[in-house]
Amino acid sequence: MNQTSTKNAPLTVNGMTIAYQRKAVVEDVSFTLPEGKLIALIGPNGAGKSTLLKAILGLVPSISGEVSIYGDTYKKMRSRVGYVPQRESVDWDFPTDALDVVMMGRYGHLGWIKRPGRKEKELAMNTLDKVGMADFARRQISQLSGGQQQRVFLARALVQEADLYVMDEPFAGVDAATEKAIIALLSELKQAGKTVLVVHHDLSTVDEYFDHVLLLNKKLIAAGPVNTTFTPELLHETYGGKLAIVSSDGKKALVGE
Amino acid sequence: MLDWLISLWSDPNTRWILLGCMLLGLGSGVIGSFTFLRRESLLGDTLAHAALPGVCIAFMLNEVKSASLFLLGALFAGIAAVLCVSAITRWTKIKSDASMGIVLTFFFGVGTVMLTHIQHSGSGSQSGLDKYLFGQAAAMVTSDVYILMGVSVLLIVAAILLFKEFKLISFDPGFARGIGLPVGILEHTMLILTTVAVAAGIQAVGVVLVAALLITPAAAARYWTDRLPVMLAFAGLFGALSGASGAAISTLGEGIPTGPVTVLVATLLFVLSLLFAPGRGWFSKILRHRNLKSTYAQSAERSALNAAEGGTPK
Repeated sequence: MNQTSTKNAPLTVNGMTIAYQRKAVVEDVSFTLPEGKLIALIGPNGAGKSTLLKAILGLVPSISGEVSIYGDTYKKMRSRVGYVPQRESVDWDFPTDALDVVMMGRYGHLGWIKRPGRKEKELAMNTLDKVGMADFARRQISQLSGGQQQRVFLARALVQEADLYVMDEPFAGVDAATEKAIIALLSELKQAGKTVLVVHHDLSTVDEYFDHVLLLNKKLIAAGPVNTTFTPELLHETYGGKLAIVSSDGKKALVGE
Repeated sequence: MLDWLISLWSDPNTRWILLGCMLLGLGSGVIGSFTFLRRESLLGDTLAHAALPGVCIAFMLNEVKSASLFLLGALFAGIAAVLCVSAITRWTKIKSDASMGIVLTFFFGVGTVMLTHIQHSGSGSQSGLDKYLFGQAAAMVTSDVYILMGVSVLLIVAAILLFKEFKLISFDPGFARGIGLPVGILEHTMLILTTVAVAAGIQAVGVVLVAALLITPAAAARYWTDRLPVMLAFAGLFGALSGASGAAISTLGEGIPTGPVTVLVATLLFVLSLLFAPGRGWFSKILRHRNLKSTYAQSAERSALNAAEGGTPK
């Protein structure tokens, strides 16, 4: 995107290729994220969006490619990155409550053996309050709705006090209240100068929620500000025949897959 | 009953064995809770069955029965089995449950052939190795009990010190890696602790059934609480109870092996938990459902009455 400020950009990916059993899932992807923006990563199912995120965070191996975060390796900059995995990635019947899950976000700062104390608890409580979940702090996590679980995951990432946030489909299957809470949170993060990269599915909300987009379908099709990059032509190129553009009342609605 | 308990306790040798089995159950219950939550319960069984050829090889190399050498043999065999499982899942398309099944039965088959061979050889018939199939706590000597105690203390101390890390890699290993925990090392540490628990337990409980001490107390404990520390405590308690009563009942004589009795007690505790635990137990659920139904019926009745009287429901 912003080729001028690559030096200390929140995230620069260079020539990233990822393959599962010889089949390339992500091919030669390069981009740089601008600081202090909300960025959507969009593309059809199987385009490699989650895989790309995981490879950036070192959770799946890449065949080639470099990742630099604030001008240094991910390993060194790990504490500046907050990750919100897909909700389905964990067992929600695990014996723990919402507050405890949020406190897990502080484990990286705590170090070995030490247990979270009053300070961590306070911080976690405040963050739960921020996502509108303070009343559910002591609720066992399986007793929460899908949207509430998503907000707990967000709170856990927020409590890390990172600068770059990476979220894997935070809007998937959530209720309207949660969607609103997430949006409020995203703009708050932006106000604070944080950079947020979000895997997003709902094309109809992209121009409302985000500043920048990355269009991915195995290869990076385009990257840039929403008003210049989120165009029917580029979307068509990204989604191929799977995209229908429905026009009604002069309003443009995009339906992916 | 009381007399029997007192007589058990007054015999110093039996007292040691009871204590050893109790501690073994405690340690296995605690460490088993993590494998249970990680959905790797079958792993304990693989490790246990794989231990048999390890024990046999340790005996054939030294021609003596030595608990510490057997422990080493069981450890190495367990590690070899785990390496086989991960090699199969990595290089083929076979899933981990099937590859564990393949490895488990193969190692056990090899072990059984070796065991039969030893039993028929001169020195082997007195080796008491056949006791390793179903366990014979009464055959333990003081040094065996020391090993059991040492292992149990190791398991419990490790679970306490690494509680936070073990919890996180059990709940969300991806996030754990994201915040910089060495997940691979922690997973291997947990695996080795599980192997040690199994290897230490086989003399008392036997290779066939020792995995039950890892799985069943943890599964029972899950019914009593939604908090992990409490669950660990319950699992330890259930494991200790199972181990101790297994040892106590099998010392009654008539050659009852310890393993089956221990497993029966553990399973009984599991069934009781399943039925009667408050909150998650079966009866508690039925009761809650019935209460909910009757409250709903009452309020429906009331509003129907109100409607019939022409008033608005209040």
